[in-house]
Amino acid sequence: MSVNRAQRVDLDVVTNLIPANSRVLDVGSGDGVLLELLQETKQVDGRGMELSQRGVNECVARGLSVIQGDADKDLAFYPDKGFDFVVLSQTLQATRNPKVVLDELLRIGNRAIVSFPNFGHWRVRFSLLIKGRMPVTKDLPYSWYDTPNIHFCTIRDFVNLCEELGATVEKATALDANGQKIGLSMPWWFWNFFGQQAVFLLRR
Amino acid sequence: MAAQRAARTNDEADHPSSPVLQFGADKPLKLDAGALLSPFQIAYQTYGSLNDARSNAILVCHALTGDQHVANANPVTGKPGWWEVLIGPGKIIDTNRFFVICSNVIGGCLGSTGPASTNAATGKPYGLDLPIITIRDMVRAQAMLIDHFGIEKLFCVLGGSMGGMQVLEWAASYPERVFCALPIATGARHSSQNIAFHEVGRQAVMADPDWHGGKYLEFGKRPEKGLAVARMAAHITYLSEAALHRKFGRNLQDREALTFGFDADFQIESYLRHQGMTFVDRFDANSYLYLTRAMDYFDLAADHGGRLADAFAGTKTRFCLVSFTSDWLFPTEESRSIVHALNAAGASVSFVEIETDRGHDAFLLDEPELFAAINGFIASAARARGLGA
Repeated sequence: MSVNRAQRVDLDVVTNLIPANSRVLDVGSGDGVLLELLQETKQVDGRGMELSQRGVNECVARGLSVIQGDADKDLAFYPDKGFDFVVLSQTLQATRNPKVVLDELLRIGNRAIVSFPNFGHWRVRFSLLIKGRMPVTKDLPYSWYDTPNIHFCTIRDFVNLCEELGATVEKATALDANGQKIGLSMPWWFWNFFGQQAVFLLRR
Repeated sequence: MAAQRAARTNDEADHPSSPVLQFGADKPLKLDAGALLSPFQIAYQTYGSLNDARSNAILVCHALTGDQHVANANPVTGKPGWWEVLIGPGKIIDTNRFFVICSNVIGGCLGSTGPASTNAATGKPYGLDLPIITIRDMVRAQAMLIDHFGIEKLFCVLGGSMGGMQVLEWAASYPERVFCALPIATGARHSSQNIAFHEVGRQAVMADPDWHGGKYLEFGKRPEKGLAVARMAAHITYLSEAALHRKFGRNLQDREALTFGFDADFQIESYLRHQGMTFVDRFDANSYLYLTRAMDYFDLAADHGGRLADAFAGTKTRFCLVSFTSDWLFPTEESRSIVHALNAAGASVSFVEIETDRGHDAFLLDEPELFAAINGFIASAARARGLGA
């Protein structure tokens, strides 16, 4: 389980949004690092869904309750409001149909927590504007032809989608390149320019 | 040697070499077929010891041709227990820590009441006079055995294939008595293809003149040819094309060239014949008919109004399902549909698919990833159950 610093901060932000003893579904649970953190620090009743079989087998071997599944297909099988929180951490941009996935998250959980890399960050804009190249950064290390990330969005795009789905943003946090939270008083355009990561707490 | 083993198998039906629990007229077994089975008996093995809280019991459910001798030498074949790689002192299912119970299923032939057992009403073997047995009947009998031990709630029920069907039935019928459930390489219903293979096996047994309409024991015979063919056909379904190719390819058996005859020229033929021959010594042909039928009849969703999720409504049991990539008898999709039903029921469920070319039988073999999953699942459930390491 290697986690870089920006990811670590993202995990901490997500963890801080979840009260103790909640029922949590982590969609795209990877090797289980968030689930483990939530179980240790918040004693949650945690479940996971992960696309990669290797990730699932590792999670189960470590005693986590995880199934192999595809966010685009398998969320449909969960009942309405079966969880207090459904978390989609750094996965939205890799789904085939982010709108449907987000809609499902809001159906399954009383709250949804979504974190994603902000494609409106100035480095990304800079790369396209000046270099004329698709951005490859520390957090987005893939080339355009081999990236699993097929649906990038900016913070403002995401806010629009939430409105379209009738979701209320209860809380939003943007993290800068150093993983520092950007001050709450800043306007959206500032977050959209300087936020490298965003974490949203939503309900409907 | 073979005849001795066969005689031993006949003896085990009424007088097993394992402990046996007898139920008299006051405690009949209610069968799904509508009849009462009485008197009847359950042959079982236990390993380890039950703790004071009676909270450390694990029930192991055996597959079609398995038996209660899960972790001790088999009394008929002398071979190690069928899941000794997994269960024993210091093993993944540690008998120093858990009280492990395994019983021969009703309809079986190693001591629990089945078609080879003596019918008290006639003094002769039941043969086909035994009512049809279902998976639920087997589980109902196991529950009576668990009652006998004074165990209210099993820590874990696990098993593969037909054993996995029993695990699912346990979780559906007695959700409050199962803390965690581990159904492996199984399905919530038997598929059409699986029923088809079973029917081939049964017809092979019945076509053997030594079957005598099911009364062969009265004639001092055993339909060995038919049962061997049934086993050969079934055995193919437990393996995979890739594994057969890897192990045997088109290799010839102890010869340089084809003989232009019907001898076992190929290693695979010789292997299958051996599998068939050794099976008939240790298994009763009528038992094979009854147990394959029990699997065919299994359809957990149908028992719950057609919706599998309803079989698990409100369950608090923790589940872990395991499938194998090359298992074409119970392919991953069968497990996945159970997972979806458990998700819909809001159950706690883990699901691993293990990459192997060893087919359905992989669950009986030394598969490190299988053991890692079982180990992780049992360890975390044990913590939740308050069972210290």
